[in-house]
Order: sequence, then structure tokens, then C-alpha cells
Amino acid sequence: MNELRNAACIVGVDESDEIGVLPGKSQLSLHLEAITNAVRDAGLKVGDVDGIFTAGQHSPALLGEALGVTPRYVDGTSVGGTSFIIMVEHAVAALHHGLCNVAVISHGESGRSQVGVTRARDTALTGQYEIPYGYGAAPTQFALITTRHMHEYGTALEQWAQVAVSTRQWAALHPKAMFKKPITVQDVLSARPVIYPFTLLNICLVTDGGGAVVLTRPDRARDCAKKPVWVRGTGEGTEHVSVTQMKKLTFSEATRISGERAFAMAGLSHRDVNHIMLYDAFTSGPPIMLESLGLAKPGEGVHFFQDGRSTPGGTLPINTNGGGLSYTHTGMYGIFPILEATRQLRGECGPRQVPNVKVSLVNGMGGMLSAAGTLLLSNET
Amino acid sequence: MEPDRPLPQPITPEAKPYWDGLKEGKLMLPRCGDCQHTFFYPRVLCPRCRSRKIGWIQASGKGRLHAFGIGHQSFNKAFKMPPPYVLAMVELEEGPRMMSNLVNVTPDPKSIACDMPVEVVFHKLTDDHTVPLFQPAKGAAR
Repeated sequence: MNELRNAACIVGVDESDEIGVLPGKSQLSLHLEAITNAVRDAGLKVGDVDGIFTAGQHSPALLGEALGVTPRYVDGTSVGGTSFIIMVEHAVAALHHGLCNVAVISHGESGRSQVGVTRARDTALTGQYEIPYGYGAAPTQFALITTRHMHEYGTALEQWAQVAVSTRQWAALHPKAMFKKPITVQDVLSARPVIYPFTLLNICLVTDGGGAVVLTRPDRARDCAKKPVWVRGTGEGTEHVSVTQMKKLTFSEATRISGERAFAMAGLSHRDVNHIMLYDAFTSGPPIMLESLGLAKPGEGVHFFQDGRSTPGGTLPINTNGGGLSYTHTGMYGIFPILEATRQLRGECGPRQVPNVKVSLVNGMGGMLSAAGTLLLSNET
Repeated sequence: MEPDRPLPQPITPEAKPYWDGLKEGKLMLPRCGDCQHTFFYPRVLCPRCRSRKIGWIQASGKGRLHAFGIGHQSFNKAFKMPPPYVLAMVELEEGPRMMSNLVNVTPDPKSIACDMPVEVVFHKLTDDHTVPLFQPAKGAAR
């Protein structure tokens, strides 16, 4: 396992030309814009790409066809929005073994405008056991996880709200963020109720956009346009699909196992991390991820968002792109935290740059804490 | 009468005893014939010991509210319970957890608490479809 430490580098990242509300662009176009932009960021050519990784409605074969390339390695793992984070691990392994030389992980989703999408969902189980009771969109399931956490640990609505407030402070510093106006805990509490315990400001945006990440082996990374970002450690896992099947409703086993491998592979400890990107579809997600990763004790993840710790100027900045809550959330958000971690480690983030960042932790969930991927990225080996 | 919610579908063969039981006012649960583990949802093997010897038991219909959410809007078109309504995850006395709605309760977080005792009520949708809903247990000490 440790032979995969630093076996590959992230050399290119970018969004599609625009993100936000894009009724004039198909989902496929968002993929192709993101790929070409990220490949350019790496100083490579699209023709150099020989490994294609993507999740969602379009297969890696379609992306190859549309790009006019013939990949010799493809991966369509689809376990929810964290799939792109998990694919970093898959790409590292494929690159290490020479199964491809330049890997691109691509995301494109017309989540809001629904341009060029197909609506087909696997409902074999949910159709019998969940949909008849009104379950459907993600908030219906995550609300359950959240009320249980409040019951077990006494977590207060104000504490979840603090996550939204902190994340919005970062969004204010990101030119591509959708919402930049500062908000208060009271604003979050008094926003329109959607599903208790969530008001609208506890729930991520619904946007259109794409993002892509380019990886290659260290020998080739040295010739790329920018300083490589090293993939020091990776991990992945899945526990369940329905939240009824979780061992413990307030703890993600998938997150735990993904984090344990990432730290072991990287040879790093929790104390080494000085920047964190967590998949924030809901305000309660990041605290529960911190608890499942073992960075916080059970019930204490919300403390990371108190007293300005996670905010600009804080001791442990979290979700510095403004997150799914304020920057963008297309549906499968997982590509975007990788973009931000890479930019922070390169020192490209201008007013939101975290000083002296050396190690960034990226953790994403697929479904309702069902699948997880963890990355430890660094600007030094 | 028009059902107030999407009909359960597709009813899969391994779940037929569950759905047939509901039509007769019985909450049936699959149980492993080897390790005696009672589980939900129905499947052709035991998720604990992977035995393929699966039988069925009739559940008591009693349990506790494990977690909840209060919907202030509908999240799927055919679901017509008027908001606010209560999404419930129930932990049955026999062990497994299942999704449902909590009914006959004020849909307010002040009236609802995790771990409150609940009991099943059978809600007929059509001659072929009955779903289990739950209400606060009668006479139970909170």
C-alpha cells in the first residue's frame, strides 16, 4: 500500500468555463470545457490523455468519443458525489502500474437547468421501502441522521448553523462563488423551513457546472506547467445505501475506513493537516465527517466551526472555496473540493489563501454518508 | 379513494411475504433460519451469516422512533400527505429499522422525540397495497 504514497501527482485542475446557472449549456459541454481547461492548466494537450475517469450519467467511453481520444484505461465507478475523490485513488494505482500515463477525472452536471440529461434512477428498493413515505431528495434522509445526532449528543440548531456561517465567509472571498453576502446564525435559523431540522440555508445549492483533475506520474509531472501536488495518501469505502442499514446512524463507517487508509498510506497524523475540504451537502455533514474520521470526538465535530477556527484567519480553515453551501453544488460535488485543495497547495487562492498550507485533507461522501473517499494532498513529498 | 402516496413498486419476489402480510394486517419480517437474525429489508440471504435459509416471523408492531424529520414541502409529486408531515425511521422491537411516517401526532419537534415508543398502524392504499405507518404508542410511558 505504501508504494502508492507519492506515486502520482495532480498537475491540472479547473472548472468548466462558467459555473452557476447555465441554461445554455449541456451536461456534456460542461465535461468537455472542464477537461480542456484542466489539461491546459497542466500544460498538456487533450491528446496526451489516455485514462478517463467519470461518474454520473455519461460514461467514460462517451467522453473519450467526444474528446476524440482513445483511452486505454477507463473507470466509471458511480457511488455518489464522492466518486471523483475515490477515482483519485484509482488513478494513482493505474498510473503507478503503467496502465495509463495521463489520467483525467471529469465531472459535468446540469443539476439545476437539466440540459442534456437523462433521468433514470435505481428505485428497486427505494420504490418499495422509502418513496411511499415521502422520502426522495437527499434532505429527507440526511434530516434523520441529523435529528439522531441532536438526540445523542445534544447538538443544537445554532451549532449546525455555524457551519453555514463559516462557509459563507470563505465564499465571500471566492470570485466564482454563487452566494457571497455574509449571513448570521440567526439568518440560518429563520430561513424558510424545508425539512426539520434544516432550513434552506442548511442545504447546499443546486447549480450547473463541471470540473476536472489531471494526474500523472512524478517523472512526467516535472515537465508540467505548475508545481505538482502530491497524492500522499488515499482511501475509500462504502457502508450502505439506505440509512436504515447504517451500523450507527450518526457515524459513517465508510468515512472511517477511508480516512484510516489515507493516513496510513501518507505516513501522516491528524496534527499534520492544516487545511480541510469536506463535502458539505448539509451543515451537519462536515461535523459528522470530522467525527467519523477521528479528528473530532463523537458529538464534537461542531466545535471545529466555533470561535472562528474554521473561518478566514482561523487555526484550521475548512471549506475555503465556500463549499456546496455557498460556492457551487451541481449534484455530484466531489470534484470541486479537489480543485480547491490543489489551488491552496499551489498558493493560487489570492484573498482566501491559507498561509503556509502543507497538507490538505479532502473527504467526500457519496449518498448519505454511504460511500466515502479521503485524500491527503501535499505540496511536498 | 385516491391513494395519498406513491404505491410501493416494484414489489420484488423476495419481498412478497412482507407485502402479503401487510394486506392481512400483519407486519412480517424475514428471519435467518440459521443464526436467528431478524432483518429488514427482505433479501435472499442473511446479511449477518449469509445463510440462504430465510423464514418469516410476525413482528409485534412495537418499536421506538429512532430518528425523524418534519417535511415542510413534498419531495415527490405523488406524495400527498399535507405538510408539515413526519418522516420517521423506526427501530422495531425485533431489531431492524425501517422507514415510515409518524402519524396521529402534532408535527412539531416539541411533540416528537427520538426513542419515543411507537406502534404500527396499517394504512390501506388499494386492495393490493397496504403500508405500515406508526403512531405514538398508546399508554406508553415516555
